Amino acid sequence: MLLEAILLSVIAASTPLLLAASGELVVERSGVLNLGVEGMMIVGAACGFAGAYMSGSTVVGALCGILAGAALAAIFGILTLGLAVNQVATGLALTILGVGLSGLIGKGFVGEKIVLVQHLHLPFLTDLPAVGRILFGEDPFVYVSIALIIGIWLFLYRTRAGLVLRAVGDNHASAHALGYPVLKIRMLAVLFGGGCAGLGGAFLPLAYTPFFIPGMTAGRGWIALALVVFASWRPLRLVGGAYLFGAVSILQLHTQALGLGVPPQLMSALPYLATVIVLVLISRTRGTAGSAAPACLGVVFVPDR
Amino acid sequence: MNKRIIFAVAAAAALALAAVTFHASAADKLKVGFIGVGPIGDLGWTFQHDVGRQAMVKALGDKVDTTFVENVPEGADAERAIEQLARTGHKLIFTTSFGFMDATIKVAAKYPNVFFEHCTGFKRAANVSTYAARFYEGRYIQGQIAAKMSKSGVIGYIVSFPIPEVISGINSTILGAQSINPNIKVKIVWVNSWFDPPKEADAAKALVDQGADILTQHTDSPAAMQIAEQRGIHAFGQSSDMIKFGPKAQLTADTDYWGNYYTQRATAVLDGKWKSEDTWGGLDAGMVVMSPYTNMPDDVKKMAMETQAAITAGTLHPFKCPVVDQDGKTLECKGGTRLDDGQILSMNFYVKGIDDKVPGK
Repeated sequence: MLLEAILLSVIAASTPLLLAASGELVVERSGVLNLGVEGMMIVGAACGFAGAYMSGSTVVGALCGILAGAALAAIFGILTLGLAVNQVATGLALTILGVGLSGLIGKGFVGEKIVLVQHLHLPFLTDLPAVGRILFGEDPFVYVSIALIIGIWLFLYRTRAGLVLRAVGDNHASAHALGYPVLKIRMLAVLFGGGCAGLGGAFLPLAYTPFFIPGMTAGRGWIALALVVFASWRPLRLVGGAYLFGAVSILQLHTQALGLGVPPQLMSALPYLATVIVLVLISRTRGTAGSAAPACLGVVFVPDR
Repeated sequence: MNKRIIFAVAAAAALALAAVTFHASAADKLKVGFIGVGPIGDLGWTFQHDVGRQAMVKALGDKVDTTFVENVPEGADAERAIEQLARTGHKLIFTTSFGFMDATIKVAAKYPNVFFEHCTGFKRAANVSTYAARFYEGRYIQGQIAAKMSKSGVIGYIVSFPIPEVISGINSTILGAQSINPNIKVKIVWVNSWFDPPKEADAAKALVDQGADILTQHTDSPAAMQIAEQRGIHAFGQSSDMIKFGPKAQLTADTDYWGNYYTQRATAVLDGKWKSEDTWGGLDAGMVVMSPYTNMPDDVKKMAMETQAAITAGTLHPFKCPVVDQDGKTLECKGGTRLDDGQILSMNFYVKGIDDKVPGK
């Protein structure tokens, strides 16, 4: 029973990270380094809450969150792809902008409450002991996050369009020479990434804690960015990373509640430590000399120069 | 030549007028600044400070002009924010979190003509006062209610950082609970933040999954209250009345009310009578206000109100002697029949009956 409860908490804690990191994975695979994930997540949270509060529907809220994240990402895209501005600086600036904007948007909604999204309930399957609620009783965002990452994997490795995207990320000059619209592909990827980050942020007020408070993402966007690196830019590894981080975060709270006497400051640091340790271990067994990053990650591309 | 004279006279007159009106308006309006550690929208700690600010504005009307800076992190950045208020003409500045202590003292040394009020700290200067509310009084009542309402005998406590104010809150809750049920148990989870709603929600879920059926917190958002409502158990609100998030879950909330204090201090500056002081008011000073007792049977409500009256009148003190710590040592009773304020303000031990160890000891 306790194990089931822990697993449910872990899945809930990992889902926003997985949603945001999935989008960022696609963005980085196309060669763009978008550090604005935190800003996009939190405007997604603010607009998601606003949409759900005003319409009474979680779906509308989720759509608002996605659109908000994509809109902020559009600004990022215009600056870095259209005007060839430095990607790192722009991403950081957009995070700060996003956090401020979300406070502005959310100010009118503070103190309000919505109804959390309904969890799935299938008549026989959800009531199965031990696995029922974990597999068949989750909220829709969890299923979307799993479908999303599988879809991304299929897209990147089994479709031509995905191959082109990876080519743009690895060698944009060659892709350009072959006639592919590098900037257009990157822009689409950036919009997609922003939308995913917005959805990940919207998850928090729609399915986790049914209110909006400025700052409620509390740095999860940065964790999502780190998870993409942890996953060596591979989708299936990303799932492992997100769930590892979520699991250690939840387990450290349970360990404290059990009263085992481990210093809580150490426990708070544990998710980050665990992620770094696992990253070091898996990097050692790979044997490749360089990093697995897309070769043109963060490199500005200006055609005809 | 004539035009120049006219122009010069007009300019001088304009300057004189401006100087007079500027002086007059500066003398009329007192600029009061507030620094908050979280957002006003936290519906908890920082929210209540804004409620206090609004009460002060209501009482003093045109005489004050207020500025509230939210989301200032404790640490180096706080100094910048406080200094900015001091530099822009604010004569009375309230810094509303423990972690602003050193920054406040530093800026106060640079601006001896500005008055600073630091909440929940212990360092003072000629132009720095400290103030706090005796939250532990409210927590004692909450402990008693918890012991009566808990079926599992386990209280879940979500806390932020192991500072004396938080530890005395835990001790007070448990002492109150022990007065009803000597075998009460508490599970404590530190989230290392005053404000992180999803993490507070995770901590609440972990505590409930491990058998706690009453939740109480020393963090600033209504996340735990909302989890309690979801799971069908009871909880206590913190700093603000959280009944909206837990209509069936909230038993009461230990709320802070700063309105009277802020009005008093601003009036003191306006009258030229401000002095550096240390104010620590509780139920009797109206700085701690209990939210209405809800979702409990009448006999528990009656007990809570009687305890509240006794603490307000001074006949019952949460830290009445003898106080025994975890190691079995009885504390020296420096306040006569109760621990004195100094002992409560520097509390760094748990009382007997709490199994966890204080972090960092």
